[in-house]
Amino acid sequence: MREIKSHPILHFDRGGQIEFSFEGKKISAYQSETVAMALYRNGLNVFSESSKLHRPRGMFCAIGKCSSCMMRVNGVPNVCTCILPVREGMQVERQFGLGEKPSGVVHFPPPVERKETVTIIGGGPAGLSAAIVFAENGVKPLVIEQNPSLGGQLIKQTHKFFGSKNEGAGIRGIKIAEEMIQKVKKLEIPTLTRSSAFGFYPETGTLGVFKENQYIKVHSDYYLFATGAAERMIPFEGNDLPGVFGAGAAQTMMNIFGIRPGNRVLMVGAGNVGLIISYQLLQAGVEVAGVVEAAPRIGGYFVHAAKLRRFGVPIITSTTIKRAIGATRVEKAVIVSLDDKFNEIPNSEKEWDVDTVCLSTGLIPSVTLLAQAGCKMKYSPYLSGYVPIRNKNLMTTKENIFIAGDVSGVEEASTAILEGKLAAYSILKKMGKNTDVQIDETRRELEKLRSGPFGVKILKGLQEVQYE
Amino acid sequence: MSDYLRTGYLDVSDLEFPDEDIVKQHFVAVTECVQEIPCNPCVESCPVSAIKMDGINGIPHIDFEKCIGCGNCVAVCPGLAMFLVNIKEGKGRVSLPYEMLPLPNKGDTVNLLDREGKKVGIGTVIGIRQIEKDTTSSVITVEFDDTSLIKVVRNIEVVKNER
Repeated sequence: MREIKSHPILHFDRGGQIEFSFEGKKISAYQSETVAMALYRNGLNVFSESSKLHRPRGMFCAIGKCSSCMMRVNGVPNVCTCILPVREGMQVERQFGLGEKPSGVVHFPPPVERKETVTIIGGGPAGLSAAIVFAENGVKPLVIEQNPSLGGQLIKQTHKFFGSKNEGAGIRGIKIAEEMIQKVKKLEIPTLTRSSAFGFYPETGTLGVFKENQYIKVHSDYYLFATGAAERMIPFEGNDLPGVFGAGAAQTMMNIFGIRPGNRVLMVGAGNVGLIISYQLLQAGVEVAGVVEAAPRIGGYFVHAAKLRRFGVPIITSTTIKRAIGATRVEKAVIVSLDDKFNEIPNSEKEWDVDTVCLSTGLIPSVTLLAQAGCKMKYSPYLSGYVPIRNKNLMTTKENIFIAGDVSGVEEASTAILEGKLAAYSILKKMGKNTDVQIDETRRELEKLRSGPFGVKILKGLQEVQYE
Repeated sequence: MSDYLRTGYLDVSDLEFPDEDIVKQHFVAVTECVQEIPCNPCVESCPVSAIKMDGINGIPHIDFEKCIGCGNCVAVCPGLAMFLVNIKEGKGRVSLPYEMLPLPNKGDTVNLLDREGKKVGIGTVIGIRQIEKDTTSSVITVEFDDTSLIKVVRNIEVVKNER
């Protein structure tokens, strides 16, 4: 029922069917699916429970950044099932509360060490564009990616991109991702997918990586962090109820795995993410009850709003979600009007019949590894949170650590691609190559993209966090 | 300008329209891109340089005298904000981008929707131009009796099981 059979933009190559066991029941899954996706497609809503109050939890981020879908897999607790590919015969069960140490013998092989010149953490648009620049200049970087496939959030962007020809304007994000991934393969760039970089040890300059059960210690001359961003949760009653998703999770479900997140959706937030994903929900055959936006004006591009409105989807400004209601899944949502100081207007609540709430209330740069590495950080609301202080060439306060993409401040994929290039050219320069021309050129391209009204905030933010 | 960032749609009075004598000669492009965003594929797609923009963040302006109504800009615009309008033999025609399923067939009667998704009449599909090889994304041309609707119709609703 949750499977998308036909789609105007996408064809789903699901692969053959296999079976695994979920709490003693046989679950049939497609080879291309992750465990959480197979379970959701088969109707599961409750993926875990909170450890103290035993509140039901559903999948929330679907890209391995939160902990809502953690389960016990083959006896091992705390496994992020949203990014774990299914395998025949797997034993999966929910863990209620904190995970317990496996009782039997679980085989963890001894750690392996890797010596690298450049290591890129994150295989999204920023990381891949950097990797391509490195390889084209004779340096093979190691790319580490947490998800089963490269491409980051680009692989689910079915809309055509804005910008100019150089950044692929008019081309769908999925095509841009495809081209980049092909290039990475052609250039034979070493990649570790399904690999989580979990810790950076500044004493030894070591990056700890887990690929499945294998601990890998990476020692690299240079590190480029292109770790992206995670979805921001907002406080409201019932925000942990299954059926409340990060909007990006809904996009992952429908555009990568061909699964409908629900039947009738309330979208919270009318920035570009909220508007674009609402439209993509329509394309997936999901009804969008409406988009609510706390601010008095739509924050995303007007054209994205117009695309939704002409399908009759209401966009209600100065309004937000107050409560999600349901037993083990969202059954209703209560919205409330806000005054110009964002205070609730008494008796303005309205109850909507929806089974899904999507939050598109902003992203937070994923900076934890950089903080561990000892890079100086600064809070900038214009860049969406704490970000590393950097110079104009994206070097942090650590000589061998660079940043690119959303981790340096939440922006667009087009700017992430350019930042990846810029960081790569900067590192190449440090390594003694003459890349001054390319650095200038890339910086000019970035300036151009940020020169309009939507770039004003970013430029303000950069002023706060750039040193020279 | 109307308060389009509150409502999510434009008012007819916000827009530049070609004179009726041009519209009666051939299809002409109209733009509903009114916000400064970094984007310019429409300019690049125009074979007769009829779209002017002041830098990548500029707003597109169409030289209606120059426009030949080829529809390249309608097909390429990432914001689905370009349309073609025409009046021929007393009937109104609009070409619009469409990325939903099901696609209508040529000759089908469809509901005509305005910028708020409200039904404003019925029309006949007279053209479907598939834009990409591997998607159903198309530029659909509808024809209808009330010529004043060329300024209003911006979407269609495919009526299922009507045949």
